[in-house]
Amino acid sequence: MAKQNKPQHAPDTGHEWDGIRELTNPPPRWWMITFHASWIWCVVYFILYPSIPLVHEATKGILGWTQIKELKEAVAENDKVKAPYLQKVAAMDGQALLADAGLRSFAESSAKAIFGDNCAACHGAGGEGAPGLFPSLADDDWLYGGDINTIIESITDGRRGDMPAHEGMVDEADIEKLADFVIASAEGKGTPEGLALFNDTGCAGCHGENAAGGAINELGSGASNLTDGIWRFGGSRDEVLRTIRYGVNQEGVANTRIAIMPAFGGKLSPEAIKMLAVKVHEFGGGK
Amino acid sequence: MSEREQEPVEQMYKDAVHWHVNTGGETIHAKRMPGRFRSYKWYASVLWVLYLLTPYMRWDGHQAILFNIPERQFHLFSITLWPQDIWMLSLVLILLAMTLFGVTAVAGRVWCGYFCFQTVWTDWFTWIEDKIEGNPVQRRKLDEAPWSARKLRLKLLKHAIWLLMAVITGITFAAYFTDAFELWQRYLTLDAPPVAWVVLAAFVFGTYVFAGFMREQVCFWLCPYARIQSVMVDKDTVLPTYDEMRGEPRGKAKDKGNGDCIDCRLCVGVCPTGVDIREGMQEGCITCGMCIDACNSVMDKLDRPRGLIRYASRKEMAGEVLPPLFRRPRVITYCTIFLLAVSGIVYGMTHIPPIELSIVHERQPLYIQMSNGDIQNRYTVKALNKTPATLHMQVSLSGATGLAIVDGGQEIVLEPGKMIPAHLFLVAHPGALTAKKVTVNFVLESVESPHIRMEYESVFMAPGGR
Repeated sequence: MAKQNKPQHAPDTGHEWDGIRELTNPPPRWWMITFHASWIWCVVYFILYPSIPLVHEATKGILGWTQIKELKEAVAENDKVKAPYLQKVAAMDGQALLADAGLRSFAESSAKAIFGDNCAACHGAGGEGAPGLFPSLADDDWLYGGDINTIIESITDGRRGDMPAHEGMVDEADIEKLADFVIASAEGKGTPEGLALFNDTGCAGCHGENAAGGAINELGSGASNLTDGIWRFGGSRDEVLRTIRYGVNQEGVANTRIAIMPAFGGKLSPEAIKMLAVKVHEFGGGK
Repeated sequence: MSEREQEPVEQMYKDAVHWHVNTGGETIHAKRMPGRFRSYKWYASVLWVLYLLTPYMRWDGHQAILFNIPERQFHLFSITLWPQDIWMLSLVLILLAMTLFGVTAVAGRVWCGYFCFQTVWTDWFTWIEDKIEGNPVQRRKLDEAPWSARKLRLKLLKHAIWLLMAVITGITFAAYFTDAFELWQRYLTLDAPPVAWVVLAAFVFGTYVFAGFMREQVCFWLCPYARIQSVMVDKDTVLPTYDEMRGEPRGKAKDKGNGDCIDCRLCVGVCPTGVDIREGMQEGCITCGMCIDACNSVMDKLDRPRGLIRYASRKEMAGEVLPPLFRRPRVITYCTIFLLAVSGIVYGMTHIPPIELSIVHERQPLYIQMSNGDIQNRYTVKALNKTPATLHMQVSLSGATGLAIVDGGQEIVLEPGKMIPAHLFLVAHPGALTAKKVTVNFVLESVESPHIRMEYESVFMAPGGR
């Protein structure tokens, strides 16, 4: 500190330029304390933490701290917080989970990342699907059933649509008539003649006598309701013709529709699937 | 080097004769003297006694003032503030800033001199020191004396009391964030959570070091407010000022021809920051008025008029008349902003909505076509119930045509203090819509208390529309 407040009398280094002398007043004590504390801090830090970059890797530091370890600890901490809720989810069935507002919300939030990782690539981040390729999960048209338990089943075991290719099996003229009929019936204008042909050519076997889908859905063929406004593979005449001609998932048939939902039972835990099902159910079409 | 060239440098040295910077090289042992400003200082300390007692005050069965950080609720008597109401905090900060600015413009560093915790705690600490080690002369002697049983006893006692005060300060601070009585119990049974220990350690260290050792050094070198306030002072501001015209030339009382200042240096001796007010206003002066008390006592003894050092502005010292308070632009400006902030806070406090509501329209997908051709939109209702009771909210739409809530007007249950997102779906027949984007007004009414009614505007999106 400035021990000598009168510069004329202050001790100097003997250096003098044009009458200006370099004094030897030391810096204030608090400044020196801060200075020493700072470099001591540095040294301690360098010893405790990874710090000095060497050729292949940096020094490890005696605390053994690493970022990945810190991340893992944080994840473990998070898992610990979630564990009691997950236990409750495991113990409840889908219906009960939907009825509990708090757990339903927990399930939806937890399933957000799982949905993004596993489902969104095909079905879209909001379950909106991709027209003609992947079905929407947000509408009320379900090929296999839209209640929570059926959704759980669909995710666990996967689904595989099946529709025979009718090219060669049915007259070309009849195929055209059938296409006209289903397009008309989607608008509620299906003719009785069309419906008769529909039944004669065996379509009703899966799609129901009135083309409105049927109990057969629960058997797992995924035959869609042809009287509603939603088209699984596109509603233009060309698209409908293609579907009738080449069917769905027919081996060896070029141009056949592909409609395969993989099974997630081996990949995701039952709780994760249950929570995913809640999220899907809450997109807006759940029954 | 010629003499002429050397002159300016010598002149610099001569000018710098008074150059003295207090960097804490010596401990300032200020003499304590009774007087008007000394009393003011004690009165101001009461504010901080309130700080020490407030955590133990109860209100409606809970702590009157409690900043509950884990639950994100601030309790101020009967008012509960949620993070959403935090905008009021900015108004409180503006209000405090304007108070500081306004008071400083009128009367200098009043905050520093009387109210600042650094000043007050330092004052308490030196009061203890004065009681235990004696007056400044005795204290200096004790500091210089070699270690003895008496010195050890006095120093141990002093530091023990200082540490105790520091501990109480720390626990008090922590007690604003959790239940005070429970906190004491947990500290005493060594069962407090780590964060409580860290807070306590920081405060004990800070109080003990800042009030016990660094003292005026904090005001000189650490505190930004000291510097900020210095620039708010103008020629109208009243400050403890030495009347140079009257006092100079200073000299012994018995000598003829001297001014009123007898150079007794009592004003320097009582100064808690160790400045000499006779050198004029300076950064070290916290305007506490101790020198005024001291000088007045000397003037009384000499039968000279009081006020050789007095609260006066530079204009007054120059013989000008001070403009009245309400004619000074700074005062008017600060007061206006102050009043705006106050009205904002009053409005905020009296208009805290019972529910914090937002209804978010789903963006992906914007709409969904249902199997019967209807268009459905999805909304997420995020409602935080700030009341202490469970609320059942009936949802309806106002002013919308062609739109319907799926499952018609369902109830949303809001538990107190919780926010559980719920979903709402609206459907419309495409033909009934007038545009691709329709404004909808959600109305949420409480079944229990109909006066709790919230409205929220959102949109309904559809692909076609007419």
